[in-house]
Amino acid sequence: MPGADAAAIERTYRESSGRAVATLIRFFGDIDLAEEAVQEAFTVAAERWPAVGVPPNPGGWIVTTARNKAVDRLRRESSRYGREAQAALLRADTGSSETGPLHDDRLRLIFTCCHPALAPEARLALTLRLIAGLQTAGIARAFLVPEATVAQRLVRAKRKIRDAGIPYRVPRDAELPDRLPFVLAVVYLVFNEGYMASAGDDLIRSELCTEAIRLARLLAELMPDEPEVWGLLALLLLTEARRQARTGPDGSLVLLADQDRGRWDHALMAEGADLVRACLRRNRPGPYQLQAAISAVHGDAPTAAQTDWGQILALYDQLITIAPTPVVALNRCVAVAELRGPSEALAIVDQLDLDGYHLFHSTRADLLRRLGRYDDARAAYDAAIARTANRAEQSFLRHRRDSL
Amino acid sequence: MRQYLLAVHMVEGEPTPTEEQTQQAYKAVDAFNAEVRSAGAWGFAGGLHPATTATVVRSQGGQVITTDGPFAETKEQLGGFWVIKAPDLDAALAWAAKGSEACAAPVEVRPFQDPAEED
Repeated sequence: MPGADAAAIERTYRESSGRAVATLIRFFGDIDLAEEAVQEAFTVAAERWPAVGVPPNPGGWIVTTARNKAVDRLRRESSRYGREAQAALLRADTGSSETGPLHDDRLRLIFTCCHPALAPEARLALTLRLIAGLQTAGIARAFLVPEATVAQRLVRAKRKIRDAGIPYRVPRDAELPDRLPFVLAVVYLVFNEGYMASAGDDLIRSELCTEAIRLARLLAELMPDEPEVWGLLALLLLTEARRQARTGPDGSLVLLADQDRGRWDHALMAEGADLVRACLRRNRPGPYQLQAAISAVHGDAPTAAQTDWGQILALYDQLITIAPTPVVALNRCVAVAELRGPSEALAIVDQLDLDGYHLFHSTRADLLRRLGRYDDARAAYDAAIARTANRAEQSFLRHRRDSL
Repeated sequence: MRQYLLAVHMVEGEPTPTEEQTQQAYKAVDAFNAEVRSAGAWGFAGGLHPATTATVVRSQGGQVITTDGPFAETKEQLGGFWVIKAPDLDAALAWAAKGSEACAAPVEVRPFQDPAEED
């Protein structure tokens, strides 16, 4: 059944391409070679699997095939590149049996991708490309920048890793406090990309969320003394717990206030809430712990009407003092609107410089609707629709606009 | 082993350091140099006279044009440099941090195209 094989290849790509690229980079120390070899392996899979069937361990098959492809290429080119190619071949033959968190290939790679010697935008782009296996277009949408810009960032960053000798390893204990925050930011972004895929019909790309949670768990295991790692994990679990309730039977979006709370995953919710309580006991708050605490307060409310908005606003006030970003200010306005009314919230929203961000316009639209300014609300919904490529979100926003 | 250039950036027009500060920097740089040598990371190093002493030569098709002054008309100019050997960028950045502390100026780290020759 050729359809089943195509689906198996597709699934293997989503589940295993990031891990395969990371493993190949460890073997060969060359990102481009690793990416190309993995791509070639998937081409071979597309040719062979329909004829001979899907192998029992598709991910392992991809790594082995990609490794052979890369070795073939290095042998062909070794006369041209001499010692360098020989050294890579030698590495490919030796380092392959390490296990355990310190030797997780993707964890190593994520610290390389998030190295402070790379520009912040490049760190995000690299991680989404190499760890999460996203295409350049998807990354561009996550960044709100043109695709060509992302492509150029990736090329430059990969060149710098190679030419400047950015190492491929998990940093030593002493280096961790400096290196960790950006890794956390990137894991969070990977989760968000999965939770609300920025383009196409596929609203939820669960494998990205799973991948981000897996990485967050791994980081927590590796760095148990870092409260922000636990805060991030808690935030991801509490968000993931609401996933089923976030879409209706027809795939349409359901707002938090309208969600069927019985459809929340209460086991995940409890695990996240436990982590939040453990963070509170440590009393070393940070942005992820506070966001997780806000999410936990929502989770505590049996109905939307019973939400403790006072506590949520207090947490946002704390968050905005340590992370004074426009997006935090925007989210805080939702609590302001609940407690002090839409007019006060709109006054704050209108000060924010977030024109490229669709949620800025949809938040404005909602506040304008509540103020009875329907023409303005309609224009704001249009602005929001124009700024997202996600069809579920577009249709949700169109529905809100048309029901004005 | 890789090779890295650690380039010390001096800002022209900054207040001249006092005699005491200069002596302090010399001492700190000497100590840093000794540490780099004993770690086996030493390649080459040197301090430069100010950019006002620079001359730029352009030669094309046998025609030589000589002009006074540095190549780039910027406030930031190369004040001195180290060439060090390091296994990777992290090691080079760690040396750069110590070098920057010693000479009290920012240090730019640039990788060489060729690896270091083995001793």
